[in-house]
Amino acid sequence: MKTMRTPLKKVRYLGSAKEGTDHFWKQRVTAVANVFLGVFLVWLIASLIGADYIAVRHKLAHPLIALALLALILSATIHMRLGMQTIIEDYVHAEGPKLVALMLNTFFAIFIALSSVFAVLKLSFGA
Amino acid sequence: MEATSGRGVRPERPLSPHLQIYSPLVNMVMSIMHRITGAALYFGSLLVAWWLIAAATGPDYYNYVSSLFATWPGKVVLLGYTWVLMHHMVGGLRHFIWDTGHGYGLKTIDILSWGTLAASFTLTAIIWAFVALGGA
Repeated sequence: MKTMRTPLKKVRYLGSAKEGTDHFWKQRVTAVANVFLGVFLVWLIASLIGADYIAVRHKLAHPLIALALLALILSATIHMRLGMQTIIEDYVHAEGPKLVALMLNTFFAIFIALSSVFAVLKLSFGA
Repeated sequence: MEATSGRGVRPERPLSPHLQIYSPLVNMVMSIMHRITGAALYFGSLLVAWWLIAAATGPDYYNYVSSLFATWPGKVVLLGYTWVLMHHMVGGLRHFIWDTGHGYGLKTIDILSWGTLAASFTLTAIIWAFVALGGA
């Protein structure tokens, strides 16, 4: 017997954290999306500089703009949460503070995501 | 976790040389810049969320927020935000190249690292030139 790994473990190939390359892969997938959505955001903001409120509201409420914004919010907040998780795990070694920091990271990402999504939806659906 | 000799006494072992002993190479600097710009964008997301919420709140609050961004300190923040975003984006593209297993030659690494810096400044300049000339 050359290895202590069971056949099932070899097939799953998830390692001791049981996540395999999940973190890495999600970081890359959202990174690819962010390249396009980030360029979109720069274009959007640049095109709205100096515009009056009616024009801004009208543009942000356009279905395609709103959809792209929602995609950006989703992709960017997942990406930034994963990135900050890596930074925390690299520099915060004590178990307690690390857990707290990781939780705050999740809360912050969700706060940004929810508040931005809510704003886009409110602009789209009126009221 | 501290290494011990087994009797609770920590032996004075030599440490391998770490960051502060090396003179900075462009690749090292771009590596840490990628992390720093990522962290900056993390907190910068507050500005985008704030802007969207302002637009969703109403004309008075939106005009107030955009007037803040239009001040000189506001513009400096936006200029910095633009460069940080471009730098992290171009740095990410460089990582995509490395993800394929290519571009690890010493010369190539130097070119990619300097290229990241050059591209981020160039893109920032193009964006702000566009805004100054036609966008506004």
